[in-house]
Amino acid sequence: MAEKSIAEALRDAIAEEMRRDETVFCIGEDIGIEGGFGGAFTVTLGLEKEFRDRMVDTPISEILIAGAATGAAMTGMRPIADVQYGDFLFCMMDQLVDETAKMRYMSGGEIKVPMVMRAPVGATTRGAQHAQSLEGFFTHVPGLKVICPSTAYDAVGLLRTAVHDDDPVIMFEHKKLYGSKGNRAEKGALSPIGEVPDEYYTIPFGEAVIRREGTDVTIVANLLMVYNAISAAEILADEGIRCEVIDPRTLVPFDYETVYRSIRKTGRLAIVHEDVERNGWGAELAAKVASEAIYSLNAPIKRICTYNTPIPFAPVMENYVVPSVERIVEEIRNLINS
Amino acid sequence: MLNFSREKLLDLYKNMVLIRKYEERIYFLFLEGIMPGTIHQSHGQEASAVGMLYDLQKTDYMTTTHRPAGHALAKGVSLKSMMAEMFAKTSGCCHGYGGAMHVGDMAVGAVPAIAIVGGGVPLGVGIALSCKMRKTDSVCVTFLGDGATNEGAVHESMNGAMIWKLPIIFAVENNLYGASTSIKQTTTIENLAERAKAYNMPAEIVDGNDVIAVNQAAERAIARARSGSGPTFLELKTYRIGGHSRNDTCGYRTKKEEAEWAKRDAIKVFGERLVKEKIASRKELNAIDEQIEQDIDEAVVYAKSEPSPVAEDAFKNVYVQEGLI
Ligand SMILES: Cc1ncc(C[n+]2csc(CCOP(=O)(O)OP(=O)(O)O)c2C)c(N)n1
Ligand SMILES: [Mg+2]
Repeated sequence: MAEKSIAEALRDAIAEEMRRDETVFCIGEDIGIEGGFGGAFTVTLGLEKEFRDRMVDTPISEILIAGAATGAAMTGMRPIADVQYGDFLFCMMDQLVDETAKMRYMSGGEIKVPMVMRAPVGATTRGAQHAQSLEGFFTHVPGLKVICPSTAYDAVGLLRTAVHDDDPVIMFEHKKLYGSKGNRAEKGALSPIGEVPDEYYTIPFGEAVIRREGTDVTIVANLLMVYNAISAAEILADEGIRCEVIDPRTLVPFDYETVYRSIRKTGRLAIVHEDVERNGWGAELAAKVASEAIYSLNAPIKRICTYNTPIPFAPVMENYVVPSVERIVEEIRNLINS
Repeated sequence: MLNFSREKLLDLYKNMVLIRKYEERIYFLFLEGIMPGTIHQSHGQEASAVGMLYDLQKTDYMTTTHRPAGHALAKGVSLKSMMAEMFAKTSGCCHGYGGAMHVGDMAVGAVPAIAIVGGGVPLGVGIALSCKMRKTDSVCVTFLGDGATNEGAVHESMNGAMIWKLPIIFAVENNLYGASTSIKQTTTIENLAERAKAYNMPAEIVDGNDVIAVNQAAERAIARARSGSGPTFLELKTYRIGGHSRNDTCGYRTKKEEAEWAKRDAIKVFGERLVKEKIASRKELNAIDEQIEQDIDEAVVYAKSEPSPVAEDAFKNVYVQEGLI
């Protein structure tokens, strides 16, 4: 058992996968440059020492990254691709949505695309173009799987599953959760350190985890919002409100059963995500609960999400639009009293 | 004719006729209204398809575009499975999930066609990267149109292919139009091959209607790719005889231009050359034509009689793991 940040845990897990299987390789910008950054958040730092030929450094060409990863995945390789900031996924959107996601379908099941695309998300006072949470765009696309680990343990287990998976997986990682060090350290980051067992394990997709048990309200939250929800739950506990916090861990596939089971107990549901509210994954979850489990609820479903604005720069504005612990506390109080 | 064997020359002819007659039959079947979908046909561009792909192996790859039929046939996708796909049948090369714009068969290295203009080119680079990383000697021919050379995806791909010295050939079919828009309106350069210079990529301008010229250029490019010397850009100057897609009456082209190019019809010119140089008699060529008509008749009968998918098959193949939707 070792204590690791998410960045360290991912780095070790990627190295291990590359050792286990020589078709696994990394591709992205600034990922394997000697004396360089190891990707934007140090996840691949130093891997070029062991895997020079399998750390494919690219020009600043996101379409190329996605296309090269997809084409390679179609023909016997298992790429772990990487964008520096999730926001740049838009540059490669055609490849990911029209090519990567549909290759298997258009071929009538003849082709597999076992690729992973890792993308950092989250608002970190970098302004509107290095900040977005993008889950909603990708959960919308049939053919893609979407995962979002919030702990080092999950990052390792889910990355392994993603690498072994024969379908394309978009993996969202939160900048404030990496625990990147040195000059890539993130101001105001949570950087949780977590235990990662020495023995090899994987985490199946579609299995949520209950981060905190409670009986009064179910809060479903992902990535950084798991931590905000837990902090809110601690504050609310002092007021006698017992929150159950569920981390779905993967959004496609999504573990609805764990949510249904929880709301049968609590009768109340709040959904917290950093992606903007409108058509975020929370909208889908709310619709699912409304159609499959509405009679478990004693109160309307509450979504606590980033407001429907771009991410502003000024910290006072950024902190306002992204769900804060305070906002979650207040909204849950209202929900309990409704 | 040069040092080509008689067998190869007749094959080149036969493969071109197959594409022409296939496209003609598809057009006819469309007019009959018994085929779903739309079509972008490649009449007139047979020499580039056949010349480029004749020397490839099944273990080599090819990516193509919204105008894929000629490329797919020339890469070895079976006529019957192509026809069945056009009729949206389960035994189609994409099992009814693809259609005219996505035909392909990975078993022969034909990547299902990509109908996003320029979208197949980055995939071609990825495939070539994989060929290199897996230490195979396979190569990838990636077809694109003149119009596609204005897509950013193509430029990222050309640059990437060069820095990684990949076994890929960019086969640009310059048919002078992207849909209805003349190339004169979309670029200020005379020859698209000039774009290769920006990436330091070897390039050739080739008469795309001369199957021998195309094949020789392809041979050079393939040899370069296989030997690890990197990509080549081939500009194949050609012309599509028919419209851009179904119902296109080509009001944006002059009759004069069409007539000029009709004189350079790849199959007509090559057939005449074979006869003139006494490689085959007209009678022998006619026999080839007739055999192909028969093969196509059989393919149509086969395709019509094959079973269709059922509606719920739509839920299959979204993911490898079934039931995940
Ligand atoms: C990204 C994209 N934009 C537009 C289209 C619509 N479209 C289909 S084919 C075509 C023309 C393509 O021209 P070119 O690349 O020269 O190929 P050609 O049709 O001449 O074979 C257009 C505009 C498309 N399919 N994809
Ligand atoms: Mg064109």
